[in-house]
Amino acid sequence: MLAKLFGGTHRKNRVYDFHGGVHPPENKQQSNGTAIQPGPLPARLILPLNMHIGAPAKPLVAPGDKVLKGQMIAEPVGAVSAAIHAPTSGTVSAIGPRPIQHPSGMDAICIVIDSDGEDRWVDHQGIADYTELSPGELVDTIRQAGIAGMGGAGFPTSIKVNLGDHQRVEQLIINAVECEPYITADDRLMRERAADIVAGIHILQYLLNPRRTLIGIEDNKPEAISAIKRACKGCDIEVRVVPTKYPSGGEKQLIQLLTGKEVASGQLPAQVGVVCQNVGTAFAIQRAVCHGEPLLSRITTLTGDAVAQPGNYETLLGTPVADLLQHGGVHSQQLGRLVMGGPMMGFTLHNPAVPVVKTTNCIIAASPQELPEPPPEQPCIRCGSCAEACPANLLPQQLYWHAKNDDLDKALHHNLMDCIECGACAYVCPSHIPLVQYYRYAKGEVRQRAADQVKADKARQRFEARQARIEQEQAEKEARRQARLEANRKKKEAGAAAPTGPSAEQAAALKQASLEASKAYKAAVKAAKTAEAQGDDNAADLKAEAERLKAVADKAKAAVRDAKADAPAVAAPADDAVASLKKQVGDASSAYKAAVKAAKDAEASGADDAGDLRARAEALKATADRLKAELRDAKANAPTTPAAPQTDPVAELKKQVGDASSAYKSAVKAAKEAEAQGADNAAELRAEADRLKAVADQLKADLRDAKANAPAPAKAAPAGKAPPADSPKVPESDAPQSVAGVDPEQAAKRQKRLKALKTAYNMAHKQYKDAHAALERAERHEELSADEFNAMQQKVDKLKGKADVARDALDALVEEAKADIRAHTGKDLKTLKLEAARAESALADKQQELAQRRDSAAEETLEALEAELKALETEAHIARKALKQAVEEQGLVEE
Amino acid sequence: MTAVLIAIAALLGLAAVFGAVLGFASEKFKVEGDPIVDQIDDLLPQTQCGQCGHPGCRPYAEAIAEGEEHNRCPPGGQDTVDALTDLLGRDAMTVDDDGAEDADVTKVAYIREDECIGCTKCIQACPVDAIVGAAKLMHTVIVDECTGCDLCVEPCPVDCIDMLEVKPTLQTWGWNRPAGIGQRPDSRIEVVNL
Amino acid sequence: MSLISSTSPHTTGKTDTGAFMRQVLYATLPGLAVLTWQFGWGSVINVLWAVLVALLSEAAILKARGRPLGFYLKDYSAVVTAVLLGLALPPTAPWWLTLIGVSFAIIVAKQLYGGLGMNPFNPAMVGYVLLLISFPAAMTRWIAPGQTPEPAQSWQLFLGQAGVDGFSGATPLDTFRTWAGNASELSGHAILHGQFAGLGWEWVNLAFLLGGLYLLARRIITWQIPAAFLLGVAVPALIASLVDPVRFAGPLFHLFSGGTMLGAFFIATDPVTAATSRLGRFIYALLIGVLIWVIRSFGGYPDAVAFSVLLLNLCAPFIDYYTQPRTYGHRKANRGVGS
Repeated sequence: MLAKLFGGTHRKNRVYDFHGGVHPPENKQQSNGTAIQPGPLPARLILPLNMHIGAPAKPLVAPGDKVLKGQMIAEPVGAVSAAIHAPTSGTVSAIGPRPIQHPSGMDAICIVIDSDGEDRWVDHQGIADYTELSPGELVDTIRQAGIAGMGGAGFPTSIKVNLGDHQRVEQLIINAVECEPYITADDRLMRERAADIVAGIHILQYLLNPRRTLIGIEDNKPEAISAIKRACKGCDIEVRVVPTKYPSGGEKQLIQLLTGKEVASGQLPAQVGVVCQNVGTAFAIQRAVCHGEPLLSRITTLTGDAVAQPGNYETLLGTPVADLLQHGGVHSQQLGRLVMGGPMMGFTLHNPAVPVVKTTNCIIAASPQELPEPPPEQPCIRCGSCAEACPANLLPQQLYWHAKNDDLDKALHHNLMDCIECGACAYVCPSHIPLVQYYRYAKGEVRQRAADQVKADKARQRFEARQARIEQEQAEKEARRQARLEANRKKKEAGAAAPTGPSAEQAAALKQASLEASKAYKAAVKAAKTAEAQGDDNAADLKAEAERLKAVADKAKAAVRDAKADAPAVAAPADDAVASLKKQVGDASSAYKAAVKAAKDAEASGADDAGDLRARAEALKATADRLKAELRDAKANAPTTPAAPQTDPVAELKKQVGDASSAYKSAVKAAKEAEAQGADNAAELRAEADRLKAVADQLKADLRDAKANAPAPAKAAPAGKAPPADSPKVPESDAPQSVAGVDPEQAAKRQKRLKALKTAYNMAHKQYKDAHAALERAERHEELSADEFNAMQQKVDKLKGKADVARDALDALVEEAKADIRAHTGKDLKTLKLEAARAESALADKQQELAQRRDSAAEETLEALEAELKALETEAHIARKALKQAVEEQGLVEE
Repeated sequence: MTAVLIAIAALLGLAAVFGAVLGFASEKFKVEGDPIVDQIDDLLPQTQCGQCGHPGCRPYAEAIAEGEEHNRCPPGGQDTVDALTDLLGRDAMTVDDDGAEDADVTKVAYIREDECIGCTKCIQACPVDAIVGAAKLMHTVIVDECTGCDLCVEPCPVDCIDMLEVKPTLQTWGWNRPAGIGQRPDSRIEVVNL
Repeated sequence: MSLISSTSPHTTGKTDTGAFMRQVLYATLPGLAVLTWQFGWGSVINVLWAVLVALLSEAAILKARGRPLGFYLKDYSAVVTAVLLGLALPPTAPWWLTLIGVSFAIIVAKQLYGGLGMNPFNPAMVGYVLLLISFPAAMTRWIAPGQTPEPAQSWQLFLGQAGVDGFSGATPLDTFRTWAGNASELSGHAILHGQFAGLGWEWVNLAFLLGGLYLLARRIITWQIPAAFLLGVAVPALIASLVDPVRFAGPLFHLFSGGTMLGAFFIATDPVTAATSRLGRFIYALLIGVLIWVIRSFGGYPDAVAFSVLLLNLCAPFIDYYTQPRTYGHRKANRGVGS
């Protein structure tokens, strides 16, 4: 506290302290005794597009391209990115995924260069006097040279040295601490190339214009300290020796050591006026600026007990670790653990083919004795050693507790995200808890949770947008429907003469029936499912029942459809003749009523003419009845006027049959009455009744025919072929599907046309038949004159012609549809049918085989058979589906 | 007798005063919190999969608020159930996912595009509009938008939609949780090419 | 060839929970030696017996829980619990007393809570309090200084075959509590007037202090807990004794009587049940100390280390929540339970 109060004024050069830290064995003497040696020139270099933090670089070369040493082969994308250059001359042999420097051991895109061994440079030259360049140009030079932090993180240097004008750099700190055990790359670099490093620092000074420049070096590198001090003589660079303590080389810790400042959580050092650069980076900047050499190699410490010649190697980027190990003489049988980076923060390699990259400061090939297998995790005794060691002043034991229990909120409350993963806590933990892994795991979970939250929010937005859209569409549809209804209603009102059709009640009743039927079906299905789930024996029965009910429901639905189709028929305008007949009937019956009334009056008043009057009334009644019968007859024959073309023929016929039979019945009744009264015209009435009966019979026959030919029942037909019960994989789908390549719109159009044509044909055919029947009847009764007969004959012929034309058109369309199927599926209908049949029969055969061999065959055989069966099932299903689709798509009905 | 009356009067007076204070406080310091339905909805994973029996997460949130059990969200898993338990102060429940083994595996739909016939049925089924395509043209899933609800799998007439596990990428990869007490935290890897 | 794949760090310190615990055991040796010197072999016998019982109880319960025996037994935590309880028991304690106390400590206070690291209460103190409440007479029969029994007599006491009347006497704390406020009586009891504190007990406490300093030097414990503990006892004692030296004993007497040093360096420092942050530990131990003084001065029991420790064990998580250190890069420390 006192030191803090007075330190700033009294001792400008003081070194502060940071909380915690550990003192692991340094193990630096293995590698720091020998000078930097050139690394191998491997036959193949692997350059990951992401050797730095930020966006991967974009390749500028393609496989097969020849490249020269120093040629840019990938350019930076966006601000936070770094260029990549060919470390030697050769040929790009591939650009593709290779194992990279990542603890996961996963692959990422790399540029692979087969070196030609010539190591031929591209044209390059340094900048003689960089002070002539503007800082912006110099930053660009650094960016083009692909320099990224060489200390370990690999943050693109061009970003770090390119601060806004408003940002004043108080301290430029050169990190030469190298606090991790084993690593000596910076140590050797400083001993041997201090002058170049200082030149690089000068470039940084020129770029950043800091108030002070500090170099932090740990006191365990006396040679490096003296070399740097010598090189710095006479310039404004201060060398600060910091006590050896891990992790004093951490950026935040070093800033605290040298300036006493803390970088606020989540902020960058620049925000407290500090820029930190690794000593290796300063060297790389000097090479790039003064010599025009992009970052092609780095000093990598190769050490560990399994290496024969540990030391520092100037390694080309992209050199596979395996090549470097061979170069340094690795005893592979002694190798127990391969670490890239230091022992405190490095990661184990899964594959020695991983290349050395810009951040690879060390490769440790350790023997099993050197870095032994970690002992098993013991319970945390909350000894607090970790909290004593933590440089971020966290409570690692609490973080561990919360991370272990996935209590991420609590972990965050304990500032999990401020953990720098230095490993000091895990190093001191007496219970050997892999604390860092717990924190990494928890951090990953936190990130995952944040990502999930973002995704969930997005999903919610999209879902809500979709709901809104669907609602709007529904509303529009409803509006359109209402408009249509309105229009229909108006039209109906316009043609008010039309009767209101086969009662709305009937339609409602049908609908009700249909609803009930489908309800029953659903209940049955549910029952079947429950039964199945409970393993009931009668599940199959229930299923069958459900199938039956489904058929019933389908029939009911069809009926409803028919009724609906009927409805417009009612609105069809009636024939003039019918209208006049109607009028006559009305007149006649009112006359009859008047006569009856008169007769009654007369009787009541005892008038003489009562008998007459009654007789007259009777006559009138007979007339009215006759007229009524005629009217019915006329109605039955009414379609001589081409009525609504889209009416369903069967329904039409049904109605006619109904009319005809009621006409016949009333005719019979009239005749009987007439007979009873001994009227003269009884015989005539009887004949008329007979005629009407014939008409009705004929119509009934027609109806039967029409029903047999009608398309409606056929629709349900394909569903009848239910798949075998033991093949649950095959889904039932009675909705028509698109066949590949068929435009549904066109198909729909054709379907409509086909239907219309069919109706037209049926209508024409019926008219012809009716007419023919009428003609025959007339012939039988001999009541027509020759002229009349001829006219009728002509009419019948004409109708027959019309029906034939319709038939032809229909046939043509069917042919066309068939051709379409052929065009779209490459097969004609027949082939499709054949295929379906073949698949079905193959399936049946296989099923039979399986059934036969189930008892005898071996387990494997059965399994194989079952697999085959399944495949066949799928095949059959597809074939069936294709056929069905093709047929239904085109509106054809399987005959 | 007067003592009793005085006591009653005093108590009534006190009750009135405190009642007034409480009433005032509840008005004055009213916290405009999220309606409970929003809070529940925030906890649900928004897969909109309908496995809870409701058409989307929001309707289920409403149903939970009205008293439906809060363990019917298999995509959210036990974590969601626990969070809901905490939020609602209800009894802890285990998630009702029919013991699905891969319940916590993130999946996305993938359309085998050369088998797709372009029927648009999956597009209609997708609750978050994550499938694009037009009639007769093959469809594809926007992986980033897919919630893995698998509602598109059932309607596909040619069964060309698979639910694929989302493989970790370098960006999404994370460390495993260590094996725990009594276990070594390391593993052995076979290295061949050295 | 197979290589190790693991997370960093790849090297770890040489410390080990077992080694940790062994250091604690070594540090108790001076105290045990002085106890034996002052009160005979009863303490040694009881400590050994307690260790045996603890290991057997731990093994039995581990087996019942299906845990690997070797892995858990070699952390020495059960041994430490047993030794500390053994040291806290009077040297006259018969075998069954130790058996009940130790087995209860291990089985109930430790393993039923989930074993090492999971127990909220110091197991040794739970065992001690159980015995103190259940068998107050047996638990307060200490040997009077200068009446050290022979080894054979200690053995017979342990077996429960000999009466203790010949040896037993009140402890300095007990004596002071009985005669507090009575100046003539206080000056008349030799036991209250050793070299610098209570007779006999001053050496026992000094020995535990020595052991504690060893632990501090080996960085097994940190200074916060013992320092705050002793401060918590000494400061109120000093103030009160200045106010009324007849009614209240002085700080030296309190510091070197009863279980003060054992509690300060060995009991309260049990990391599992203590607070974890530095400030938290300080507060935790300070409150223990104050509570000890309060109970000794005003309560019904002559000593109060066990009660105070258990009460503060209860508060440790709460203290932790409000004493989190300020993390690097944060302006303020997080306080409270968080969301």
